Amino acid sequence: MTLLRIDGLSLDIRGTPILRDVSLSVEAGQIVGVIGESGSGKSMTAFSVMQLLPEGSVCSGRISLSGHEMLALSEDHLCRLRGNDVSMVFQEPMTALNPLKTIGEQVAETILIHERTSAEDARHRAAEALTRAELPQDRFPLSRYPHELSGGQRQRVVIAMAIALRPKLLIADEPTTALDVTTQAEILTLLKRLVQEDGMGLLMISHDLAVVADMADHIVIMRRGEVVEQGPAQSLLRGMRHPYSLALLAASDHVPDREGAPQDTPLLQVRDVIRDYPTPRKGLWGTPGTFRAVDGVSFDIRRGENLGLVGESGCGKSTLTRAILGLEEVQSGTIALDGAPVFAGHKPNRAVRRRMQVVFQDPYGSFNPRHKVGRLVCEPFHLLDNPPAGADRDRAIAKALESVGLSADDAGKYIHEFSGGQRQRIAIARALIIKPDLIILDEAVSALDVSVRAQVLDLLADLSDRFGLTYLFISHDLSVVRSITDRVLVMQAGKIVEQGETAQVFADPQHPYTQQLIAAAPQLPQDVRKLAHEH
Amino acid sequence: MLRFIGKRLVSLVVTLWVASLVIFLSLEVVPGDPAAFMLGLNAQEDTLAALRDELGLNKGAVERYVDWVGGMLVGDFGTSYTYRTPVAQMVLDRVQVSLPLALYALTLSTLIAFPAGIWAAARRGKPADIAVMGVTQLGVAIPNFWFAMLMVLVFAINLRWFNAGGFAGWDAGFFAAMKSLTLPAIALALPQASILARVMRSSLLDTLNEDFVRTARAKGLTRGQALWRHALRNAMIPVLTIIGLQFAFLMAGAIIIENVFFLPGLGRLVFQAISARDLIVVESVVMLLVFAVVLVNFLVDLAYAAVDPRLRGRR
Repeated sequence: MTLLRIDGLSLDIRGTPILRDVSLSVEAGQIVGVIGESGSGKSMTAFSVMQLLPEGSVCSGRISLSGHEMLALSEDHLCRLRGNDVSMVFQEPMTALNPLKTIGEQVAETILIHERTSAEDARHRAAEALTRAELPQDRFPLSRYPHELSGGQRQRVVIAMAIALRPKLLIADEPTTALDVTTQAEILTLLKRLVQEDGMGLLMISHDLAVVADMADHIVIMRRGEVVEQGPAQSLLRGMRHPYSLALLAASDHVPDREGAPQDTPLLQVRDVIRDYPTPRKGLWGTPGTFRAVDGVSFDIRRGENLGLVGESGCGKSTLTRAILGLEEVQSGTIALDGAPVFAGHKPNRAVRRRMQVVFQDPYGSFNPRHKVGRLVCEPFHLLDNPPAGADRDRAIAKALESVGLSADDAGKYIHEFSGGQRQRIAIARALIIKPDLIILDEAVSALDVSVRAQVLDLLADLSDRFGLTYLFISHDLSVVRSITDRVLVMQAGKIVEQGETAQVFADPQHPYTQQLIAAAPQLPQDVRKLAHEH
Repeated sequence: MLRFIGKRLVSLVVTLWVASLVIFLSLEVVPGDPAAFMLGLNAQEDTLAALRDELGLNKGAVERYVDWVGGMLVGDFGTSYTYRTPVAQMVLDRVQVSLPLALYALTLSTLIAFPAGIWAAARRGKPADIAVMGVTQLGVAIPNFWFAMLMVLVFAINLRWFNAGGFAGWDAGFFAAMKSLTLPAIALALPQASILARVMRSSLLDTLNEDFVRTARAKGLTRGQALWRHALRNAMIPVLTIIGLQFAFLMAGAIIIENVFFLPGLGRLVFQAISARDLIVVESVVMLLVFAVVLVNFLVDLAYAAVDPRLRGRR
């Protein structure tokens, strides 16, 4: 019998159509990957199976889970199935756990809510589930609180909670999107192992084709609430027909065209930079310790060069970025742009500051929602001594917006009227408006869907050709760094452990950490990548 | 945990010290001659001199400050100029009314607010929620002294269930004393309960939208179980903050209600002392109230830590 069968599922939320005629099935022991961009309805398909939909949702069609008609069941009956027959793992491990309860309590709760058993037995089985999720009791006792664990460890707790009762179906909604590549690889391996051990079905939702290609037996591609194409993973990847699937494939391994070549003159010189943060005092009169976030880092960026900086969260990337931008003073070492220091006499050097701009990851959080786009875009003008005013200012805004593919009229709108990709274009326009030499892109495309990401990468390549820009490209996503940079720096625990030509480093990594990073990064099979480049 | 308590205790002592300095400076040092202020314009020169001598104004400011603080530390708050009785005894009499009244009102307000807030949050947008929101809106808007007079009319004058005012005293027995505090406590609790219920509701609604509540639901908890087991404790931090502020207010801010019901509480004492320009009493009572507020905040901090393991620091 098919474990999960979704037949002609349609979903409306308060009159807005979300899903249209979605059909898919999962067999026991099978991994089904659902791929789609934001708004494609992939998460809502998962929540429809759980019947945990927002208020005002109306489902039609059929969802049958090992013989239970989910759409016809009472809430009481659904509660008995959730956590017992079907469980779910979510995207954000940092917020998916109750911060006030120990991990033991939270895992044991799954057992206690479904079975009449003693608290002692539930604790014992919770320990077992955590061990299966690779959180051994000697290092992660039940009495730990979520805030004492890292993101990857928290995701293991969520997984332990989900598998404690050995459900028939596990739904994983972007389970590794918020995690570093090496942690991602570990969690994916764990999920695969659990599927094999328990003969469980896994419905895995992701925006990342490479992640799913690596895991799934069967792939479903969704767009705007509809399934556009599905089939067995290996044959589907090599024989996609629907134009959207092909576009998705092409975008996921997109390499922008670039013309300009870097010059030999260095633009930014970073020498022996050290940045310490004080740690809390030990006791009331103890001396505060220090944490070295950046440890003796030196590198150059040549004019016109695209330099990549990769490393996992907490490796010091962001601290280094702040130091380069002159937002914080370093404890030792020098950072100079064209020979002029970014920090002069304990004060940021404005003459240098105005030649550097930054684009951040979150295209919404980095804008004041109460200002119009025109005002947002000209924010960097405060760095100039004589900023353009009146008609000059409007012309500069129009030019900046047009150079990123928006129109001059957009200056009168508010930021919430734009999509994620457009917001990131506005962020780039804001960086461009004072004609900087260096733009630091701090995870600037990480939050974007692949097709939008491909467009933004093309835009960046085009802008660097037209304006002779230099980019420092900071990312945890190796595939992006690989496709757009000339040279790459690999950072670990505050130190640069390897640097070199991007192609060289990726083809023949020298440092064990670089090797580990590259091995962990999910990649489409070679022949599929070739297909992607043909489209 | 011990370190957390230690840190809070240090901040408690420092706050009290700063408060004592501010009170001392503003009442004794800055505006001219306190003796002249207390006796008014027509005072005789020899009476002034006698008072100055009694207040120790002939000594230096530093010496007076040390005497004042040192006295308070051993329970000597000086002698009231108007009543000629030790301030400590006066305050003690009044605290016997104010403290039970504040606790009574706070208990009532919590007992009303918690169920109302939780009920409204659990039924968001439904009639129950709209009713709670409407009633609490009214509760915040109605002046409590007006409501107090209304209650006196209904329950004391018409129904004769309660006395219209005055305090029976603890010698008359626990129930008699509590009975005379009942109407004032209800009058004080009404606006407090309304505010607290609204805070409870909105804080709980925020928490119900958190990811971990969704996780709990995915484990098979019903909506109600997810609310009681996961959302409620997480929603407590803002509620505890408001409870702390309300208690501090109730200790001294009950002055209007104390006047409506002729209750000999701290609020009236301060009011009378200010009218009589009895600076010794004002100074001591204000310091005592500051102490009460700081102490309550300390207790609220401990409650935060009891609720939230993240505040207890690393083990």
